[in-house]
Amino acid sequence: MASVQIRDVRKSFGDVEILHGVSVPIEDGQFVVLVGPSGCGKSTLLRMLAGLENITAGTISIGGRVVNNVHPKERDIAMVFQNYALYPHMTVAKNMGFSLMLRGESKSEIDTRVKKAAQILGLMPLLERYPRQLSGGQRQRVAMGRAIVREPQVFLFDEPLSNLDAKLRVAMRTEMKELHQRLKTTTVYVTHDQIEAMTLGDKIVVMHDGVIEQVGAPLELYDKPANQFVAGFIGSPAMNFLNGKLKANGSAYVETEQGHKLPLKSMPQGESGRDVVYGIRPEHFELGEGGLPAEVVVVEPTGSETQVVARIGNQEVIAVFRERQNLKPGDKISLRPRADTAHLFAKDSGKRI
Amino acid sequence: MSTVEEAERNASRMKELSAWGRLKVNRNWLAIWFMLPAAAFLLLFLAWPLLLGVWLSFTDTRLARPGKFIGFENYEWLWDDSVFWLSVFNTLLYTIVASIIKFVVGLYLALLLNRHMPFKAMIRSIVLIPFIVPTVLSAIAFWWIYDSQFSIISWSLKQMGLINQNIDFLGDGNLARASLIFANVWRGVPFVAITLLAGLQTVSPSLYEAATLDGASAWQRFRFVTYPLLTPIIAVVMTFSVLFTFTDFQLIWAMTRGGPANATHLMATLSYSRGILSGQLGEGSAIATAMIPFLLAAIMFSWFGLQRRKWQQGENND
Ligand SMILES: Nc1ncnc2c1ncn2[C@@H]1O[C@H](COP(=O)(O)OP(=O)(O)OP(=O)(O)O)[C@@H](O)[C@H]1O
Ligand SMILES: [Mg+2]
Repeated sequence: MASVQIRDVRKSFGDVEILHGVSVPIEDGQFVVLVGPSGCGKSTLLRMLAGLENITAGTISIGGRVVNNVHPKERDIAMVFQNYALYPHMTVAKNMGFSLMLRGESKSEIDTRVKKAAQILGLMPLLERYPRQLSGGQRQRVAMGRAIVREPQVFLFDEPLSNLDAKLRVAMRTEMKELHQRLKTTTVYVTHDQIEAMTLGDKIVVMHDGVIEQVGAPLELYDKPANQFVAGFIGSPAMNFLNGKLKANGSAYVETEQGHKLPLKSMPQGESGRDVVYGIRPEHFELGEGGLPAEVVVVEPTGSETQVVARIGNQEVIAVFRERQNLKPGDKISLRPRADTAHLFAKDSGKRI
Repeated sequence: MSTVEEAERNASRMKELSAWGRLKVNRNWLAIWFMLPAAAFLLLFLAWPLLLGVWLSFTDTRLARPGKFIGFENYEWLWDDSVFWLSVFNTLLYTIVASIIKFVVGLYLALLLNRHMPFKAMIRSIVLIPFIVPTVLSAIAFWWIYDSQFSIISWSLKQMGLINQNIDFLGDGNLARASLIFANVWRGVPFVAITLLAGLQTVSPSLYEAATLDGASAWQRFRFVTYPLLTPIIAVVMTFSVLFTFTDFQLIWAMTRGGPANATHLMATLSYSRGILSGQLGEGSAIATAMIPFLLAAIMFSWFGLQRRKWQQGENND
């Protein structure tokens, strides 16, 4: 196990810069999730950690040692690829023991360690099978097994669950978390699924277009998104954004173009009349008097909750209610944002106010 | 009319169809119908000449004179014929040495061409040139290169002062063998290299990355990932290569005609020279027929080589 320091790392492919100075400190034993939309450079950063891509600028150190020029095989890291990259011509046992075999471990040593990992992952009955003969979930487990038999300093995962069906994904998520609690190996996990990020990570790094938007614990990102991008990315369904002007008239509020008043807990700094974006999560709407007049567009009951898409003026918003609601499209309702849960962002920079 | 009634009527009509009618539409039979033209073609142009050749080898047919059945007499003759045995030896030597070199050089070239490098597409097309040039043309070119008077190799070596007499490449038995093998390799390498390159490109790059992270050196990546994944295509390409080399005729005939002193006579050239040039069709056919067991052995070898690849098949998939 080891800590990992990523300091001001840049990456260019030819003339195109993909990563524009990324810094992430990762403590020993931490489970860090890199999350962001497709193409933002998550895999590239992970591959640079692994040594599969060279580092254009900045430094990466593992366990206190700068590894910029250290060959991948000397970095003592294990990586699980999105497509698993299992050796098709080797059995499950051979796949898992390959790195130990290369290291020159004895047959019996390889055998015991493969069996131990297989036990943890429930792969014992499959050891003599070939990858072709496994289901997607089993292959995923073998890929993980191949990583854990090595007992490396750091685990790297590149969207390991994205090829699985929804149910299996949830099950494997729990398994990954259990595994990490058991092995306590430093882990960097890439995903574009924010729920996976929220549930798995000790620390989440939100990336966008090659820069880091925010680093923090899951609930920190949820409660205090640093900017509009993070606010919209974390949480599902996504946060609603309403444009307006900051006003103070006894109490603070944001006034929309149609003249609706959106309540605020307190007046933030900044002059009155400033252009802002008012962010409110779907689950922070209440039904009741004195809210925004809205018209129901779609009602989506999921059983445990009810999602309502409603139109305020010419903008659609999503509200989620825990209680069952007897609403039909076309119904006129009044949506009241909870003042204490509202987020404010500067209109120009998107930064949190 | 209700659709149920209609369906029933259709069903009874189906039953009334004659056996011949059913044969025309049955799925399994349909496959045979589709294959029939191809099968007829193969029978006519492949199996028939082959059978005819085998039959001729049991007769004493000569050019322009029908022969009669003489049993194994031709083969008994050959058994005691030292030139025949020399040609068998030459063929085996030629095939084995050339195939091994073609495999090694072809694999090396394929690995080289599989890397990232400038002008990749152009270099790949250049590699194909020896394969595209007509055999006879390249044979003539080699004939000049090996010529006892005007050989460019001799000339260059002389210029460099390494030798002071022309080398008679095609005049000395062993030298002629080596020269022919070289020419054959030159012609055969592109086929091996390009086919193996195609095979290499089907190997997912993430397997190499995984192996690198697992701690494999370049050699170990080749030994434990590339090579095993390539074995099926190696088996195919080497079978073809062996078959082509074993039956090679043009190159030899254009350059040495089996000389000097039969040192480069292969079974194919000997068969031609005895059967066509000397007109002993029966004997020529016997030599050609004697090649069949060798070729079958080569095919069987690769067939069983291919069979063992269990990991390729989705068997026991559940
Ligand atoms: N070898 C390469 N050459 C040129 N550009 C590349 C290369 N690899 C990646 N890129 C570019 O770098 C950017 C980031 O790619 P990357 O694979 O890191 O995205 P990602 O965040 O992992 O996305 P996804 O969630 O879709 O996997 C993309 O715009 C991609 O086009
Ligand atoms: Mg990716």
